[in-house]
Amino acid sequence: MTDSTIIKLTAAEIAAKIASGELTAVEVTEAHLARIEAVDEKVHAFLHVDREGALAQARAVDEKRERGEELGPLAGVPLALKDIFTTCDMPTTVGSKMLEGWVPPYDATLVAKLRAADVVILGKTNMDEFAMGSSTENSAYGPTGNPWDLTRIPGGSGGGSSAALASYEAPLAIGTDTGGSIRQPAAVTGTVGVKPTYGAVSRYGMVAFSSSLDQGGPCARTVLDAALLHEVIAGHDPMDSTSIDAPVPPVVEAARNGRVQGMRVGVVKQFRGEGYQAGVVQRFDESVELLKELGAEIVELDCPSFDLALSAYYLIAPSECSSNLARFDGLRYGLRTGDDGTRSAEDVTSLTREAGFGDEVKRRIMLGTYALSSGYYDAYYGSAQKVRTLITRDFEKAFEQVDVIVSPTTPTTAFPIGERADDPMAMYLADLCTIPTNLAGNAAMSLPCGLAPEDNLPVGLQIIAPAMKDDRLYTVGAAVEAAFVARWGHPLLEEAPSL
Amino acid sequence: MPGITREEVAHLARLARLELKDEEVDHFASQLDDIIGAVARVSEVADQDVPPTSHPLPLTNVMRADEVRPSLTPEQALSGAPAQEKQRFKVPQILGED
Repeated sequence: MTDSTIIKLTAAEIAAKIASGELTAVEVTEAHLARIEAVDEKVHAFLHVDREGALAQARAVDEKRERGEELGPLAGVPLALKDIFTTCDMPTTVGSKMLEGWVPPYDATLVAKLRAADVVILGKTNMDEFAMGSSTENSAYGPTGNPWDLTRIPGGSGGGSSAALASYEAPLAIGTDTGGSIRQPAAVTGTVGVKPTYGAVSRYGMVAFSSSLDQGGPCARTVLDAALLHEVIAGHDPMDSTSIDAPVPPVVEAARNGRVQGMRVGVVKQFRGEGYQAGVVQRFDESVELLKELGAEIVELDCPSFDLALSAYYLIAPSECSSNLARFDGLRYGLRTGDDGTRSAEDVTSLTREAGFGDEVKRRIMLGTYALSSGYYDAYYGSAQKVRTLITRDFEKAFEQVDVIVSPTTPTTAFPIGERADDPMAMYLADLCTIPTNLAGNAAMSLPCGLAPEDNLPVGLQIIAPAMKDDRLYTVGAAVEAAFVARWGHPLLEEAPSL
Repeated sequence: MPGITREEVAHLARLARLELKDEEVDHFASQLDDIIGAVARVSEVADQDVPPTSHPLPLTNVMRADEVRPSLTPEQALSGAPAQEKQRFKVPQILGED
């Protein structure tokens, strides 16, 4: 099998071929490393490629197989890891100068689970600094290009992870989603991304941005691959006080038994209106028609508080970030600037933070400091938390009437790099449809639903499920994916231009 | 709602330990003002009888048994320190000279 054939395989296919001996894990890893070598200079999906480490992991899988030991469901499958998870054998920079070259002394729980499952970690992917952004332009190490059009953004903050999938540099990737950073890049790159229920995947060793919203999750090219990865990384972790101590929903089984027939699917009035690109709306409307054809009952829903979600998010997330990022003080780890022997610790901290943080991080730290300050707390942060209650109630009411909710994932397709760089509010609109789910803590998926006719760029369909009902995303997602692929005659990504 | 002045931004930067340059203060003052103006709508619900939600999960304090367990070695804990001395983090002076 040639390298160009191997890199197009799904994770499920790779795992099966390694288990049967048709391919070795080393062959698979080498094919992906060669692809990275060939195209990543253009895409810039990776911040760090661990060539030797990946090959050593692959050799270990092959030896395990030769010894006749049982292999995990993703043994030997290569994966691209967002650079927000601590790894004791690779740098963890979180896309920031603040942690340039930092090698953490411990692995995140999610990383330990990947290693235990014999997944081959290829390296760390590019991201908006501290996961703050919707375009991967805020990385201190330069932007990532969208494999569909390298002059456009791959979504953010996990643009590197989704671009690695769309450019066939890896069949699986890990992202984190605070306001849409798994789903939004998935939508604009024509891939699949899942934000599991808040607390379903351990946050231990995931560098915190906004602790009540951040959630790690799977990125893949197919719904089944996402489910296989979901089952590997989910589950209770005693090291994380926000980890849910309950069984992981049967997501792989759900992905293998895609079904829409008889399901009630909600369409929310508030997820359309101004700011939505015509081609995005067109593809979404077609998706709703498809769901009807597949036997779903469509229910119109009114969730009035969703109109305030973006505002609440841009008070809550910066407030939590201003607190979480206080740890970057130049004293115990990371960058230290201005320590010339005469300055106080306080001055050195201020100079270090000025030098180490980029604009978006500074903007959010100050926004959060303002929202939490005496005199403004009730009007801003306190009110935002009330909106959060209202949004959660809207979801509760909605899920009394429907099994899942669908919407466009993003209001527009991928925009050109630089287009919104000086307009934070315009940038924030990219997460309009994804944010309500983060505020309420429920689960959501984005999967491709076609190309927008006006620019031939991918459009994402978002599916939202109640908390701990993540399997519903996969049941519906797999059915929709199968119907679309049958209609198109091939997976959407095959229409992407070759790099 | 009041607009955000240049002086307020400079004050916020001091509170947040960010040594901003003058031009950054100007830049952020105008941007923060725009953002706050756009998100201030949340206060429209402030008078309603709505309890705040700080977290999607009901969090309870989890205590573990007070047992000695494996942990980082001093070398591991200090491995990312910008400066260290005698197995300690070496930091700039905390107290002023007077």
